[in-house]
Amino acid sequence: MFIINHRRIFFLISSLLVLAAVVALATYGLQLGTDFTGGTIIETEYAAARPEINRLKTEIEALNLGQVSVQAIGEQAILLRLRTITEVEHQALKTALGGEEKRYSSIGPAIGEELARRGIIAIAIVVILIILYIAFVFRHVPGAHRGGVNSWKYGLIAILALIHDIAIPTGVMAVLGHYYGAEVDALFLTALLTILGLSVNDTIVVFDRIRENLKQNSSERFEEVIGRSLNETIVRSVNTSLTVILALLAVYFFGGATTKYFALIMAIGMFVGTYSSIFIASPLLVTWQKWSARKNG
Amino acid sequence: MIYRRLLMVVMLLLTAGLTWFDFSAYRPFHLGLDLRGGSHLVYEADVSQLSSSNDIKEAMASLRGVIERRINAFGVAEPIIQTETVGLGTAARQRLIVELPGVTDLNEALKLIDITPVLEFKTERPDGPEKEKILAAVEVARAALTEGKPLPNDPLLNQDPEFVPSPLTGRYLKRAQVQFGQQTLGPSISLEFDAAGAKIFADLTKANVDKRIGIYLDGAPLSAPVVREEIKDGRAEITGDFTVTAARELVRNLNLGALPVPIKLVSTETVGATLGQEALAKGLKAGVIGLIVVAVFMVFWYRLNGLVAIISLALYIALVLAIFKLLPVTLTAAGIAGFILSLGIAVDANVLIFERLKEELRLGEHFHEAIRAGFAHAWLAIRDSNLSSIISALVLFWFGTSLIKGFALTLTIGIMVSLFTAITVTRNLLLAIAPNHKSRWVHFLFGGGLKH
Repeated sequence: MFIINHRRIFFLISSLLVLAAVVALATYGLQLGTDFTGGTIIETEYAAARPEINRLKTEIEALNLGQVSVQAIGEQAILLRLRTITEVEHQALKTALGGEEKRYSSIGPAIGEELARRGIIAIAIVVILIILYIAFVFRHVPGAHRGGVNSWKYGLIAILALIHDIAIPTGVMAVLGHYYGAEVDALFLTALLTILGLSVNDTIVVFDRIRENLKQNSSERFEEVIGRSLNETIVRSVNTSLTVILALLAVYFFGGATTKYFALIMAIGMFVGTYSSIFIASPLLVTWQKWSARKNG
Repeated sequence: MIYRRLLMVVMLLLTAGLTWFDFSAYRPFHLGLDLRGGSHLVYEADVSQLSSSNDIKEAMASLRGVIERRINAFGVAEPIIQTETVGLGTAARQRLIVELPGVTDLNEALKLIDITPVLEFKTERPDGPEKEKILAAVEVARAALTEGKPLPNDPLLNQDPEFVPSPLTGRYLKRAQVQFGQQTLGPSISLEFDAAGAKIFADLTKANVDKRIGIYLDGAPLSAPVVREEIKDGRAEITGDFTVTAARELVRNLNLGALPVPIKLVSTETVGATLGQEALAKGLKAGVIGLIVVAVFMVFWYRLNGLVAIISLALYIALVLAIFKLLPVTLTAAGIAGFILSLGIAVDANVLIFERLKEELRLGEHFHEAIRAGFAHAWLAIRDSNLSSIISALVLFWFGTSLIKGFALTLTIGIMVSLFTAITVTRNLLLAIAPNHKSRWVHFLFGGGLKH
């Protein structure tokens, strides 16, 4: 009952986190990668000492390729970002840079726009499918007549929790983009969609137990049923997420460079997802029930 | 009891067998370009001259065939060439995706494809307002050029005032040959069409007697002979200012296949072999560490049950890797991340079952009854919670580029297999080792958590 009794504190924490995420998004924005904007990325490694960045910059400027950002990676490599270039320009640039080209990607702007459009459609479809799914799963939950809340409210609260779970990692991404240059790529969208699927799981586990406990005839008050359900499910909610987060942290710390932020964002999403299902979603049911009880006198 | 224990032995043998298969050289894992190094090219085909969707489909199929033959002729191992339609209706774009494993010198890769000639036959544009409009636009542009002004941005300038495209293209070409004629000084090239091409050519020549037919190579006019009579045998001749070497080269290129529609490179991606190997090694390391961490946690928290979960996880890994090999699934960096993530998800079902089992035991049920009841009660939550993940993964598969598809596929396979192993393997293993009596030791081994 601790969680139910102190629910206002948890609501406050979550509100502040979501607010911080929105502020971070509004001030920093997201660093869109070439996946979405189009453009070229070149990674070149030098066997011996790396030429001076400034000298390279002067040489690149002579090629007239527009704005080129040159960034040092480690001791021996550089990363170049510039507009989409033709193969002739690419060869000229390669000669100017010297060294060994380890990675080259040049994406036309049309492809980037298309990916962004498909990503937005995909998120919309996942959200709609999950809403339908939640509505379907909870269609038989005992309703308001037993002192509970209507079954559609479970769905609405689950969705509120989802928004919370998506908003915070996106805010983190804005901060990472501002301070560490983390770019939003196709994998970031993938991480968000996976969070959508995974974080609703915990909410379903808790609500599933509430549904079961409400079916039993008992003299417990609604908030006591919720509190008991939470106590019964909290260990497994935490443990199921913990195993996933452990696996993701292994990818973050030991995996390749391409999947680093991907794993981090998913781990954060899993964490806030579990938090919201325990500390936000179920207590919100109680708040809502009390609120409608007061309204009805 | 004996039956269960026998089943347990069979499962362990199955795990061992599958593990042996996973490590064997038979049907090796398919690694994506980001792990083995190579080039990924996306071309956009210009199909604006084709009207019916059937024509477009055929042109794309023949385009794919031509490029495939060309790449095979140059000896690239296991190339993947796919066509893709993006968007709907008139906004649809036709793409050709070329994946060249091991080719990291893009210059070389592009040369393979760029020298593929585009061969087109065009008929005279009838006199009329349309032709005049184009000619007028050309006049305006010419005037601007002489005055040193920038060229006007007029779409009409992209059109040929003299000729319009015909259905006859390089895709109907059967064979090309160098010829040395008596009248002409240099070599000429004789073309032979296939049956369908010969029919189109016959119709075309019949309808254009005493008119010119323009022969275009790579968008530039090569020659425009006047048609004397209908040509039924499907043979044509290109004359032009060829040197012998140029003619020979063109013939070789034409014989490897001429493109039915012009294509343009819109996206390229190259990953060096060393970078790929690094990513693969790191991915494998992350996988092993992820597995160990998850296993340690399960044993720490669930004791003997945790061990059961790990055996079940071992079969899960062996099964999933075997499926990756057999399908085969192309493994990318994101795909490996998806697989590692699925390790964490795979034990989730076990967690749900064990927690439920503890509750049933607390209610005082007999061990075997508790296991059965625990499974029955946990199943709904397991099914419900995994379905939402599968929904996400399927949408990802639909929306994704090849990188994301790899992730979605490994995740989906992982979740499906984990449902199977958690329900069957964990259940049977638990029943096989479940004791018939309760004691403090049994309680400790099968319990779990910090208090019990």
